[in-house]
Amino acid sequence: MNIGVGLPTSTSGISGQLMLDWAKLADAGPFSSLGVVDRVAYQNYEPFTALAAAAAVTRRVRLATMVVIGPLRNTAMLAKQAASLDVLSGGRLTLGLAVGARGEDYEVAGIDSRGRGRRFGEQLEAIRDIWEGGKIGPTPKAPGPRVLVGGASGEALARMARYADGYMHGGGPPRAFAAAAAKAITAWSDLGRPGRPILWGMGYFALGDGIADAGAEYLRHYYAFTGPFAEKIAAGNLTSPGAIADFIRGYEDAGCDELVLFPTVSSVEQVERLAEVIG
Amino acid sequence: MRYAVIGGGAAGLYFALLAKKANPSDEVLVVERNPPDATFGWGVVFSEETLGALRDADYETYTEIGESFARWNAIDIYYRDTKIRSRGHVFTGISRKVLLNILQRRCRALGVRLEFEREVHDVREFEGADLIIGADGINGLVRRTYGEFFKPQVAVHPTKYVWFGGDLPLDAFTFIFRRNEHGLFQVHAYPFDARTCTFIVECPEDAWRRAGLESATEAESIAYCEALFQPELRGRRLMSNRSLWVNFLTLRQESWHHGNVVLLGDAAHTAHFSIGSGTKLAMEDSIALVDALRRHHDLGAALNDYEMERQPVVERFQEAAVESASYFEHVSRYAQFDPRQFAFNLLTRSRRITYVNLTQRDPELVRTVDSWFTAAATGSPDGVVRLSPPPMFAPLRIGNLTVPNRVAMAAGPDLEAAAQTGAGLLITEFFSVTEDGRITPDTPVIDRARQDILRSTVERIHQAGSRVALQLGHAGRRGSMRPRTQGVDRPLTHGGWRLMAASRIAYTPHAALPKEMTARDLSHLVKVFAEAARAAAGGRLDALELNFAHGYLVAGFISPLTNHRTDEYGGSLENRMRFPLEVLDAVRATWERPLFVRISASDWADGGIDLDESVSIAALLKAHGCDLVHVVMGQTIWESRPDYRRLFGVPASDRIRNEAGIPTIATGNITTADDVNTILAAGRADLCVLDTPFAG
Repeated sequence: MNIGVGLPTSTSGISGQLMLDWAKLADAGPFSSLGVVDRVAYQNYEPFTALAAAAAVTRRVRLATMVVIGPLRNTAMLAKQAASLDVLSGGRLTLGLAVGARGEDYEVAGIDSRGRGRRFGEQLEAIRDIWEGGKIGPTPKAPGPRVLVGGASGEALARMARYADGYMHGGGPPRAFAAAAAKAITAWSDLGRPGRPILWGMGYFALGDGIADAGAEYLRHYYAFTGPFAEKIAAGNLTSPGAIADFIRGYEDAGCDELVLFPTVSSVEQVERLAEVIG
Repeated sequence: MRYAVIGGGAAGLYFALLAKKANPSDEVLVVERNPPDATFGWGVVFSEETLGALRDADYETYTEIGESFARWNAIDIYYRDTKIRSRGHVFTGISRKVLLNILQRRCRALGVRLEFEREVHDVREFEGADLIIGADGINGLVRRTYGEFFKPQVAVHPTKYVWFGGDLPLDAFTFIFRRNEHGLFQVHAYPFDARTCTFIVECPEDAWRRAGLESATEAESIAYCEALFQPELRGRRLMSNRSLWVNFLTLRQESWHHGNVVLLGDAAHTAHFSIGSGTKLAMEDSIALVDALRRHHDLGAALNDYEMERQPVVERFQEAAVESASYFEHVSRYAQFDPRQFAFNLLTRSRRITYVNLTQRDPELVRTVDSWFTAAATGSPDGVVRLSPPPMFAPLRIGNLTVPNRVAMAAGPDLEAAAQTGAGLLITEFFSVTEDGRITPDTPVIDRARQDILRSTVERIHQAGSRVALQLGHAGRRGSMRPRTQGVDRPLTHGGWRLMAASRIAYTPHAALPKEMTARDLSHLVKVFAEAARAAAGGRLDALELNFAHGYLVAGFISPLTNHRTDEYGGSLENRMRFPLEVLDAVRATWERPLFVRISASDWADGGIDLDESVSIAALLKAHGCDLVHVVMGQTIWESRPDYRRLFGVPASDRIRNEAGIPTIATGNITTADDVNTILAAGRADLCVLDTPFAG
């Protein structure tokens, strides 16, 4: 199982310099990828912009959106933006896409959230054809960026199995990942697709004395839209090397191909501390 | 800390005594609307596991409870004039009243304040408390007051049931099934002391109405049930205790706490009585809450921790309870089962007990079921076979065909590789009846040339022991797609072909629009299917499977979502089935060996085929000479709501097999031999498609 690290784009007080320093450390360290989240109505950086900045100061790590909310974007522009990032970074993009969980993002973007599932399916059906079609460039090196789809519903899993290369899980304990992964594999084989989906997972961490509370506070704030469930997500923050090791083992046992751990406090030390734990 | 517990049932009292014991300086108040001796309901059941938790939480009450227990390890099933006893299931039961009295005494001894006969009208009466505990049941005030935060969902179960007591000494958990002129009634009875039992009667609502129980008094209900179950009661009496016929309600809530208010037991969640877990879950909640309060100084963190620990456990029980309740709601479909299969099906109804679990508990019963299964499968005289393999390795006879075992495999292009898996039946990949019926450019077409290749392959597979069913179909509007290595239902951008379908509706937003089939297209295609069947007959194939599923051409006629025709091939089910049955009839007329049909038992979409209609479809197929239905789900339309849970196709197979009365192949994330043996022994299918993880 590969292990990646989240790029801090949504924790508070992130400067451009901090993000670039973080990206360089991740590129030098034991991480296979840099992940970014996507929200509109929140104090965070736009994911493609942040990954483009990271691409300029890194050479090795994969650049992963986890996940971009597809229906908020025009399909041709989304395809073009993703292809540009992929080509400029030397084919390092992994494009995670989903419909997203927050009505507010749709509201502020002025986009109807009704019918978003269907529109998302249409985007997935179209995006590879756009990349392969040659009309809207740049043309990524074949077979193009890997597309992974997130979401827990049966609809999301069917879209994933039809059009994507794999599944991106939204976080939670290893048993939640294992249950979702089993369904993703089932959807894949039920639709008659050969092989099996690539499986990505994610988690949150905060390492160091006295910062667990700040990490939990960030998660409560970030996940406030889930109501009381935010408390549970905050309680799942990994705040010790032991907890991270257990989490990694659990994901590996569940068949995860790539696990990306996201920071919950804005300090460049976090990527160094995580690198020590991963080894 | 000051705790105010609203509700003096098992959950509330147990929480109170554990909290007081943990910290004697805390103030704990329990408020109960009824007097201390007025308890409703009769006995409660615990498993060994629960007893262990009670022992660790409070040894004093555990000892007292232990002295009052009835213990037993058998389940008796009375069905069609036979009684089957299954052993190895450890249960303990206690009178609810005795249990509450023990808990009340312990509360008093520890210094918990108990206020009986106090009706609470407003939760704000307890404003001074640090924590308010709602243990006042599913209709309780606390839950109702903060409903907007707990976000409750209540599911009403369709059957009627009533709790009685019986002065009947039982030594087993007892299920009785009795049919009379009004319908099928069943009893769930279990002892709670040496003389008395809980006696729950359950029946479908229509039977309840026909029996006049809707307007019956308690005495009349008792008289009716005593007469109905006279053979088992043997003159003993049923007793009433506010015994009213009701529908069970399953309560689920997103959250069990808000601010300084928390819910316990039935106020937080309920699970159908047929798995007997209400009091167990309630008392385990109390233990978990007190533990969480001890672990955390922060109240919010404690309540959150309590909820995180308990919700997954409760959800598992609720899922099992829903399966169990559903079994009892539909039990009349198993009325033709042999009593041994009936018993196995009943014992494995909630999916928590499987073939392997039951073998551990009661090897003798499973041996009996295995022997019966193999005898029935091979046509041997009943009771003669003593040494039998598990059902998965029993043969299946369909007409002249004998499939050596019960595992079917969806084979890829390499049939011989599939044969090496040991599956008894290989179902080939999709063979198209014509060039333009292909799914992708790689889809094989059945014709005379193909027949020769198939013949030699199938002969080699026969020598290896497997049997082969050729899957025949026409892709319809799902045709002209790219090879599935590049994704599924991705239209070809060049080199495609013209599509046709029941109606002019494209399969995906970017797929080509199919032509609506004319009467001439239809009659031509019927002939093409018959010719394909004749071509297959030369291929030494053991069976033919017509693919009427997954949104391909014939399936497109069956579903109202994809058939908008106004001629005699559209509209009513009879009309929508007209073309599929014409195809079936034409193939049946030329194909003498076993003939299977694959159908999507649900479109997983509003306005589409559901399981009820799929039973009618299967019955029509059977009437037209189909020998077996291969049950799959969905893919009728591009945007549906699939459900990929474990064994997702098995309930549909169960219904079709046992309501339409036709053998079935079950599918849907069946991954272990244990699953296969459970499904077969319980009579939910005749063959299973085994999905081995990561199989090519």
